[in-house]
Amino acid sequence: MRGVAARLLKPFTETAGLARWMLVAGVLLTAVFVVCAVFAPWLAPYGFAQTSSHGVAFPKLGHPSSQHWFGTDRLFFDVFSRVIWGARTALEVVLLSIFFCVAIGVPLGIASGYYGGWFDRILVLVMDAMYTFPSFLLAIVFSFLLTDVYGGSLVAVSLSLTAVYIPQYFRVVRNTTLSAKQATYVEAARAIGASDGVIMRRYLFQNVIQSVPVLGTLNAADAILTLAGLGFLGLGIQSTDAAEWGHDLNRALADAGGGVWWTGLYPGLAIVLLVTGLTLVGEGLNETLNPTLRRRRLLPVVLPGRAASTPAEEEQS
Amino acid sequence: MARAGSGSLPRYILQRILLVIPMIWVILTVVFIVLRVAPGDPVSAALGGKLNAQALEQRREALGFNRPLIAQYWDYVSSVVHLDFGTTFSDNQPVLRVVRDNGGATLTLTFAAFVVALLVGIPLGLLAGRFRDSLPDVVIRLFGILSYAAPVFFVGFLLQLYVAGPLGLPTSGDATPITVFQVQPKTHILLLDALLSGNGAAIEDVLKHLVLPATTLGLLICGIFIRLVRVNMLQTMQADYVEAAEARGISGGKVTWRHGFRNALVPVITVVGLQFALLLGGAVLTEPTFNWPGIGSKLVFYINNRDYGAVQGIITIFALAVVLISVLIDIVNALIDPRVRF
Repeated sequence: MRGVAARLLKPFTETAGLARWMLVAGVLLTAVFVVCAVFAPWLAPYGFAQTSSHGVAFPKLGHPSSQHWFGTDRLFFDVFSRVIWGARTALEVVLLSIFFCVAIGVPLGIASGYYGGWFDRILVLVMDAMYTFPSFLLAIVFSFLLTDVYGGSLVAVSLSLTAVYIPQYFRVVRNTTLSAKQATYVEAARAIGASDGVIMRRYLFQNVIQSVPVLGTLNAADAILTLAGLGFLGLGIQSTDAAEWGHDLNRALADAGGGVWWTGLYPGLAIVLLVTGLTLVGEGLNETLNPTLRRRRLLPVVLPGRAASTPAEEEQS
Repeated sequence: MARAGSGSLPRYILQRILLVIPMIWVILTVVFIVLRVAPGDPVSAALGGKLNAQALEQRREALGFNRPLIAQYWDYVSSVVHLDFGTTFSDNQPVLRVVRDNGGATLTLTFAAFVVALLVGIPLGLLAGRFRDSLPDVVIRLFGILSYAAPVFFVGFLLQLYVAGPLGLPTSGDATPITVFQVQPKTHILLLDALLSGNGAAIEDVLKHLVLPATTLGLLICGIFIRLVRVNMLQTMQADYVEAAEARGISGGKVTWRHGFRNALVPVITVVGLQFALLLGGAVLTEPTFNWPGIGSKLVFYINNRDYGAVQGIITIFALAVVLISVLIDIVNALIDPRVRF
């Protein structure tokens, strides 16, 4: 248990000064949104698609007031509530897409790395092609299709994000498998007669799964932006199904001409803050894990002062 | 040495081009599988409300949707090889014409955005790298993160709300209709046509329309330049030759400029080209935000019309463009840096 805690704290204890502050700020920002997401029903004053309260209808495009802190939008929704519920949507989509990436990418990566041969080559070719594809366009294609099949649901959007990020999971897992399968313990397992399935499930999986959390953190910021982009294009989740910041901004754009700022400013700020938080966490991790950038915390070294410098040295300087 | 280098360059280029063919084939297959094999009927999705059952059936027949999948697949791949990217379902236009008519606006926007990103990103990145962990570094890095974290449509929203009004800048289109009719179309790229015509008012009009969208899209990628240049600067300043220069007693400013900045910029040239994919994705979001009449706006229009033919054609062209540009960059790189060719 102490080992786990030490590993989790490693990025904090091994960074100094600025890097540590950026990491702490990132973790705090992200934590705020996670709290919003988890406790949305208690934190938000109204539901995300609620248009009246106690028999009183909400105003259309109402200014921010004591009842509606961030005002109301053109569909009579309360902007403050939608910003908070939006955090839940974002978290759900990101977690769901990471789940799909792991569920599909990890087994494929292990099998590809373990068996090798033509199976491996074809998978690598397909995954590389998907990786070369402009990621946002790939997300557009998949959600264009999936919204037709499943409607604009959470699952459809998560699957579109999965298509974007799966090549990375596949690559990392495949390469780790390639090196792990050479290890002595795998050879030993084979010697005592373990089948391929057992080796992959019991020996390789444990080793390979460790790179997934880091990959998930690094991709999360990008995933939030892709989700918002899809929402903005109307390919994401419909307003009445869930609150989604990107789609809210799409509606807000029409208000900008009339000087209505509150419908767009707050969802937009929410995206910026959450993505910034996640990026700071990612950068902080990168600075500690990447040896070319790492600067360890150094203790100041105090050299004993010399009594007096020699005349020769004075001349040189 | 020189002989060996010049001998292997053509071979490297040939190799790179040959390797691209299976890549393009896989991409085409992925696009086909995703858009055609999937359940659902594209023709009734695009035209369902507009035509009766018999007319729909005729359209299906004409577009070849009744034939076996493998025949459709062969049709698709072979027509792409002949540079035929199909027709749109909803308004029955060749995709190539849609791209030609709107491509100029997209090219103008992406090029201008690149200029903005380089002008803002490189100086800021160099500054941040030179003064690591100081106040400018913190501010510039935060700016870099924020410019990446802010979605283009949010930046566009803010610019339209707070900047366009006070400065009197327009927020939609690539020029006023008057300019469009004044300028003789030669290249179909409005900015170039305006410059060629030498019409001062037209040039000003086009540039005015360009400022806000280009800034929006430019800010998106300038964060990447800042980060990249900063890291390169950090690594270059730690290099042995920089230390050697310092040891020889060359002044700090000169070391930074001659030995640091210049070398830190070399890898940037490579990455500049690789941002093309991101730029395209960004353009698809920037164009609808400003009603910019480019391919991105068209793509969104066809997506909303559920037009599979148009989406398939446009996406295919985008994908081909990205792959070809990446090959071009590799070749340019090989020309600049002999180590790449090995």
